[in-house]
Amino acid sequence: MTLLQVDGLVVGYSAAPVLHGVDLTVPPATIVTVLGANGAGKTTLLRTLSGLLRPAEGGIRFDGRSLVGVPVERVVRLGLAHVPEGRGVVAELTVEENLRLGGVWRADRRDVRLAQDEVYELFPALAARRKHAGHQLSGGERQMLALGRALVARPRLLLLDEPSLGLAPRITGQIMALLRRLCDETGLAVLLVEQNVRSALSVADQGVVLSLGRVVAAADAAQLRDDAGLRHAYLGF
Amino acid sequence: MDRFLFLTVDGLAKGAVYAAFALAVVLIWRAARIVNFAQGAMAVATVYAAYSVTQATGSYWLGFAAALAAGLLLGAGIERAVMRFVPHTSPLNSVIVALGLVLLLQAVLGAIYGNEFRPVETPFSRTGITVGGIALLSRYDLFVLGAVLVLVVLLALLFTRTSTGLRMRSAAFAPEVSRLLGVNVAGLLTFGWALAAAVGALAGMLVVPTELGLHPNTMDLVFVSSFTAAVVGGLDSPIGAVVGGLAVGLVLSYAAGYLGSDVTPLATLALLLVVLLIRPGGLFAGVRTRAV
Amino acid sequence: MTTGLRHLLWTAAAAAALLAVTYAIPPFRNYQLATAAAYLCATAGLTVLVGLSGQLSLGHGAVMAVGAYAVALSQNRFADAGLTGNGVLAASLALGVLAALVAGLIVGLAAARLRGPYLAGVTLAVAVALPAVTTVWAGVFHSDQGLSVYLEPPPAGLGYDFPLERWQAWLALAGALLVMLLLANLVRSRFGRSLRAVRDDEVAARLAGIDVARTQVLAFVVSAGCAGLGGGLMAVLTQSVSPGAYSLTLSLFLLMAVVVGGLGRLAGAVWGALLLVVLPDLTHTIVASLTLSPAAAQRLEGNLPLAVFGLTLIVVMIAAPGGISGVVRRLTPASPLRR
Ligand SMILES: Nc1ncnc2c1ncn2[C@@H]1O[C@H](COP(=O)(O)OP(=O)(O)OP(=O)(O)O)[C@@H](O)[C@H]1O
Ligand SMILES: [Mg+2]
Repeated sequence: MTLLQVDGLVVGYSAAPVLHGVDLTVPPATIVTVLGANGAGKTTLLRTLSGLLRPAEGGIRFDGRSLVGVPVERVVRLGLAHVPEGRGVVAELTVEENLRLGGVWRADRRDVRLAQDEVYELFPALAARRKHAGHQLSGGERQMLALGRALVARPRLLLLDEPSLGLAPRITGQIMALLRRLCDETGLAVLLVEQNVRSALSVADQGVVLSLGRVVAAADAAQLRDDAGLRHAYLGF
Repeated sequence: MDRFLFLTVDGLAKGAVYAAFALAVVLIWRAARIVNFAQGAMAVATVYAAYSVTQATGSYWLGFAAALAAGLLLGAGIERAVMRFVPHTSPLNSVIVALGLVLLLQAVLGAIYGNEFRPVETPFSRTGITVGGIALLSRYDLFVLGAVLVLVVLLALLFTRTSTGLRMRSAAFAPEVSRLLGVNVAGLLTFGWALAAAVGALAGMLVVPTELGLHPNTMDLVFVSSFTAAVVGGLDSPIGAVVGGLAVGLVLSYAAGYLGSDVTPLATLALLLVVLLIRPGGLFAGVRTRAV
Repeated sequence: MTTGLRHLLWTAAAAAALLAVTYAIPPFRNYQLATAAAYLCATAGLTVLVGLSGQLSLGHGAVMAVGAYAVALSQNRFADAGLTGNGVLAASLALGVLAALVAGLIVGLAAARLRGPYLAGVTLAVAVALPAVTTVWAGVFHSDQGLSVYLEPPPAGLGYDFPLERWQAWLALAGALLVMLLLANLVRSRFGRSLRAVRDDEVAARLAGIDVARTQVLAFVVSAGCAGLGGGLMAVLTQSVSPGAYSLTLSLFLLMAVVVGGLGRLAGAVWGALLLVVLPDLTHTIVASLTLSPAAAQRLEGNLPLAVFGLTLIVVMIAAPGGISGVVRRLTPASPLRR
């Protein structure tokens, strides 16, 4: 059974393609990490999945239905939440408003409030800063807010683009542990793009290695951790 | 002293309208980073709509409602049919297109209604109520102040208390992130234009009776004054627009009262220049600059 | 052959051709030709300003008014003082240009500090507010009624039946050719290169040692001088000046002509100026061919050109933005001040 199925995805900007036929599957309640050097096309992949970019070729099926051509603002309604690179906290809005924004399309107001409270429990640091504007937060707090805001939508699949960027190892570890817990306890599936290979592989179930827009390896995370040749060739450690 | 008091009160009533109109300018600026130079012409068009409805039905209030409805439609229509397609290569593109709209709208109005001043009626008397021997605000002035107050309160509630307001703000600040969160950014942009045009329609309805009358160019100077008000307030700040509007109203009232009403346009120009050259960011400019 | 010389030869050729044309066409057409020539002074100046320096002016109609009123006042003063001869008219036109240069300097000094919509707003305010000057100092400018402009008949040497319109066409064409020659050389000069450099990238221009503010102010001044000559010639043509003739609408017309003609290209200014004369004439013909009540016909005739101009402006900007794209990239929307 698969939650997300990507087949032969070809995506480019104005010039040549950046992704050359990417295949990928994410089963439910699984953390899949996408690894690769700078410019490998990881961000491009996530942006295509959430509809910000249109694929030139290939298919995206989420929960059995095609996502190609679905407008960005509808994708989240289907259960797919994307936390973009650089996190996308709205700097002018307060913590509380950012969180409200996460559930703004949902009709079930009670559950939205419930989800918000859960986020505050998950990240007490945010609860203490409800009235602070986004631009007043530290990098770690922003990451928590972006993640929490995505969770308010109660997604089934979370797309995370380099959540560890600029964070101290301790915070990164906390966030990774939280992802694992959410996955195990709530059945949330995560597609985790990371540069921080070690911590990503430590938490993920499966890993995919992208190089210059092609999948060069796809295996269980443990297998990738142990494959010294692959690590040296593509992951640099 | 009496005269000063009279001019102050009169200036506040005028300023309230400038504030409303400046709010319309700020609304579009915040939503689309466009200074809508067609705001005045659009407002005049809605007042003509009201004029026709009032002529046909004999009811001021039906005309009033028609103006607001026409504003919503006109704003949405212009965003959907024109502004959406303006290339973003330069901020001047939208300025020039808006000016094209000014010509087009004024021409259409002139062709339909003719280029003469038409007197418009007011729902309340414009003779000042005498308080302690000084003729102060008229009933109409009170109506204007009340209407603008209601407008400001409603807009404040919309933006701070409702989910639509939250979505509008986030769509303006961070369109891409907002879309990822399920916000229909394009739809809200249309709504923002519609709302701004309706606010402009209200301002037009309030101000036209105090001008020479209804004419395709009636709002040219009002637009300049309101643009000044918006600039005084910092273009980005609704509160600034209100304060700026009142300030401009006062300055123009004093200028007209003490130097003669012919001076008003020049006073507006001088005020705009002084503000832009001395405090280019406006008095209410945010301390933070947006990361674009 | 140097560029300057080539421009001079072109101008001479154009002058000869136009001279022949003025003999071939009836007085009414000569008058139209003269009007187009007067407009050309303004559109050419505006093209250099918007197209080359990237500053948008919505106030060039008002600058034309400055030139027109200066010419009107000096012509009438000279006449009152009993001064005659062709040198008088030349002196009046020179005074008109001078007045416009001063106005351009004032606006330009403010404009050089402003950007994008802020600059547009200020020049819009100039266009809207300046007509009020005529009312505030009604003793000099006679309010809405305006002034009539004394114009001597064509020189007797041309013969007694020499049509006034042909004489006016000569005057206006001479002015327009002068402006074109001047601007063509200016565009090719070091100053022209500085303008383009500032327009394309202010920071880079500054690093290259260009005084950005001075360049921009100078562009405004030059452009205003051209518009002032255009306004002065217009006063000579209509033999009257009034605020109504130099309203915001005129400023917008000039902008339309420049945008449609092709920003930054002097040839575009020619097309734009011709359009300003031909289009109203065309709509007049169209309206005349319709069967309408006199009132409706009058309303339509007055407004159809506006509608066409407005629509043209919108369509050109959306469908063919190439004219302006890149021209004004440096204009930051968020801050009126140079960064
Ligand atoms: N907007 C764009 N226009 C053109 N090319 C782009 C654009 N965005 C990315 N690219 C190119 O696409 C390629 C892949 O970029 P992408 O951002 O997907 O890489 P990435 O794997 O996320 O890298 P990083 O780890 O640095 O974030 C790069 O070569 C990049 O230059
Ligand atoms: Mg990336």
